[in-house]
Amino acid sequence: MITAGIDCGAKNTKTVILKNGEIIGKGSVLTGFDLERAAEDSLVAAVGDAGISREDLEKIGGTGSGSHSIELADVLVIDIEAMGKGAHYFFPNARTVVDVGAEEARAAKLDENGNPVAFEINEKCAAGAGVFIEVMGRALETPLEEMGPLALKSTKKIPMNAQCVVFAESEVVGLIHANTEKRDISKAIHDAMAGRIVSVIRRIGVNEDVVMLGGVGYNPGFVAAMRRELNLERIYIPESPDYGQAVGAAVVAGEKGYVRTEKKRSLGGQKNVRKKEARPVEMDRIQLEES
Amino acid sequence: MSEKKKQDQWRWTEFNWKNPEIDWKAAKYITVGIDVGSVSSQACIMADEEILVYSNMRTGWDSSNSAGKALNVALEATDMPEDRLDYCTGTGYGRVNVPMADRSVTEIACHARGANFIYGPGVRTVLDVGGQDIKAIRCDEKGKVTNFLMNDKCAAGTGRGMEVLSDLLGVPITDVGDRSFEYEGEAPAAVSSNCVVYAKTEATGLLRKGWPLEKVLAAYCRAMAERIYSLVERLGVTPEFAVTGGMAKNRGVMDRLMPLVGVKTAKKKRDAQRAGGVGGGLFGYALCRRGKGRKK
Repeated sequence: MITAGIDCGAKNTKTVILKNGEIIGKGSVLTGFDLERAAEDSLVAAVGDAGISREDLEKIGGTGSGSHSIELADVLVIDIEAMGKGAHYFFPNARTVVDVGAEEARAAKLDENGNPVAFEINEKCAAGAGVFIEVMGRALETPLEEMGPLALKSTKKIPMNAQCVVFAESEVVGLIHANTEKRDISKAIHDAMAGRIVSVIRRIGVNEDVVMLGGVGYNPGFVAAMRRELNLERIYIPESPDYGQAVGAAVVAGEKGYVRTEKKRSLGGQKNVRKKEARPVEMDRIQLEES
Repeated sequence: MSEKKKQDQWRWTEFNWKNPEIDWKAAKYITVGIDVGSVSSQACIMADEEILVYSNMRTGWDSSNSAGKALNVALEATDMPEDRLDYCTGTGYGRVNVPMADRSVTEIACHARGANFIYGPGVRTVLDVGGQDIKAIRCDEKGKVTNFLMNDKCAAGTGRGMEVLSDLLGVPITDVGDRSFEYEGEAPAAVSSNCVVYAKTEATGLLRKGWPLEKVLAAYCRAMAERIYSLVERLGVTPEFAVTGGMAKNRGVMDRLMPLVGVKTAKKKRDAQRAGGVGGGLFGYALCRRGKGRKK
């Protein structure tokens, strides 16, 4: 059975294709502001990566904050469920999962099948989400991918406020003016954000093993800060953490006997999966990527 | 970086102002209130109970420098020597860093006192919308604080949030209010009022959707007004209602806030951004008059 999972996030839209429980293709594009197009583009990229044809897909699951606009999905999967199943797919022992997205952070407690039994979401404030590090990187004039390695070089502990992205940015500029070393500021940023996310996890309680999903999992500085805050030897992170939730959506889409009425279609009455030609990525998107 | 080349639209002009009707030589006591805020610093020199000169500067990274700069710019407008000052009060976010201050007073007390002076003694509720915080203050007929509420550690609804928008859209911050009323269609729904970062993402999305700039400004101003109102609502409004701080100058937010509050604002006699400095100056005056002035 071949299924696809599309995770339409605030920053990127990711698609994963599963064939009999194995990942055979992946695709990721910037979400931008046309969510449908992002879903379509990422699906086309993943289908190409897998080397299959679109007709081979038996079911498509959609998830993420923009999932309501993924009209090509057969099944809409709630974020929490997708991240639970995604964590379970990579690490069957997972009992706590945390997903740090660009604009949201979620934590869930799981049972032995990867079904969530309790969850917490931080969705009202951008502090404690990926965008926090991104904005601070801009203030530090450091590319995002260098922020984590930079933080690892520091051993200092500078307390910082992570209550508000806008105020924290002013604080970072203040630290720069006080001639604080960049690496120390970077560590302070990661510590502050990890503290904020761990407080979300603590609300549901920490059960080992802890799995982390979301693009922030690529950031070694952040992972180290999370380990310190959680006081854990190891946090389980899949090879491509940003695809975690898409994998979960693909798993749920393929589960036998899974019944869920698709919101969009029952409302709008659009019966058929729309088949569109893959559109070329236009200039404005590339510019968006650069800015 | 290309970002550096563009003009900083959120930078307002620094200025000083002198009241031409007052002669400082005739005054018994000359006091100054220096309000070092998170974004702007004001020094307000009072001759007895009237405003003599006033300066409004951006707060730099060093608050003690900012305080000195604000005072010097204020002094420049007059021919008065600095040692003529009888008392100096420091207030605001950076009040502990005003080296020349004889005393520091909280900005809440100063804003209530200043609003009492600027808007008249009928004021019972003062809303101070500053660069980094919003305060709703209840006060009595003498401008004494009886109760107050502050915002959380969040930039939504503050002047800083407005700066972020003006920077994003490239609209000078002083024009935001007027421009937001240039949109002639139905008033749009507010963007996210919980978080400046989300509001920014939403505003960018709306622009890409083809909304005219004015409509986005209107939606953003409305979000700010709703956010500010949520704080005022918690404290409750007793007329007369007065607004102080820099945001009082933004018509886009104020005209949308007033229908929510449901009370007319008290009529102001003077620029409301300097309420903190004025209040500080008045505290100094009261101390001098009671013989508790600076020990010489």
